[in-house]
Amino acid sequence: MIESLFIPGGILAIFLASAVTYSLRLGGLLLAGILPDRGPVRRFLDALPGTILISLVVPAGLQSGLAGMIGLGACLLAYISTKNLMVTMAAGVLMVCLLRQVFGM
Amino acid sequence: MKESLRRGALANLPLVVSAMAYGSVLGVLSGQQGVTWAEMLAMNIFLFAGSAQFVMVDMWSAPLPVAEIVTAVLIINLRYLLIGASLQPVFKGYGLGAKAAMMHMVADENWAVTMAEHRTRGTDPYFLLGGGLLMGTGWCGCTIVGNILGGFVVDPEKYALDFAFVAVFAALSLSLWRGRADLLAWGVAALLAVLGNWLLPGKWYIIIGGLGGATCAALYPAFPKTRQAVSAKLAESVESAETVSND
Repeated sequence: MIESLFIPGGILAIFLASAVTYSLRLGGLLLAGILPDRGPVRRFLDALPGTILISLVVPAGLQSGLAGMIGLGACLLAYISTKNLMVTMAAGVLMVCLLRQVFGM
Repeated sequence: MKESLRRGALANLPLVVSAMAYGSVLGVLSGQQGVTWAEMLAMNIFLFAGSAQFVMVDMWSAPLPVAEIVTAVLIINLRYLLIGASLQPVFKGYGLGAKAAMMHMVADENWAVTMAEHRTRGTDPYFLLGGGLLMGTGWCGCTIVGNILGGFVVDPEKYALDFAFVAVFAALSLSLWRGRADLLAWGVAALLAVLGNWLLPGKWYIIIGGLGGATCAALYPAFPKTRQAVSAKLAESVESAETVSND
């Protein structure tokens, strides 16, 4: 049964990859807990959410080109006026979808 | 706790749609690659990391290159070390058991939503977990259906669903913005991330941008609150020095 469901080495690969990933997730949290709660380290940790988010979003936004830039404008406008993430998401997706399908951007 | 779980799940609804579209793509790919539903399910449950699973499925053929797979997953998921560290304020006051139980369900999406919520209204780990459970369920359902049925697939790019996460994350970054003092750190992060994305393979750009930007913030304490605290402390020490000299 197991032989037909898993490729040889498959269980080991999934186990090791999962153990590594879980260790990174929990390890980061525990490491931050033992670091000093003031000074440069604190400033580093406090800035981290913003800098990670920016690092995720800017390259992805640039990759979606001009349509993405216009879509981004639509999102920010939607978010500032409604503060609703669902509306923001819909505004961005509809705008980019329209630009891609109708204008071939 | 239940209320937080529910709120966390609801807050992640705008992101689960695009995760599910990508899940269906991964599911179909995995079927074509000969990955069984059991292997896919095990990855969904135990690994629960989208981009790492894409790479894993891509490398999934006999003889299985186990060491290469694990190394690739380590590099792609290295960002979780930073993401985990940034979650420390959310878990403040919670014990090791709660941390160990809830950190598994951390993905980029529910992490970002939680951090924004934490900065604006304050939150707890159950909010994070609620989002993770929703993302996990949607992701798992779509990958398995795609794996078994094959054919069915939503092309995320056709419906601009690849843009959903950019849209939501850009909006969330407004909540994380602490004022002009963040400008340097964010500028450096953006610059390094764009350069890294251009020059380096995989997900290194997130780590380089995140680390570089936060290091700037650590080196240049321009954040007003910190400056206030520093000047208050200075004033205090001057005052105490004066009292000492007066005595």
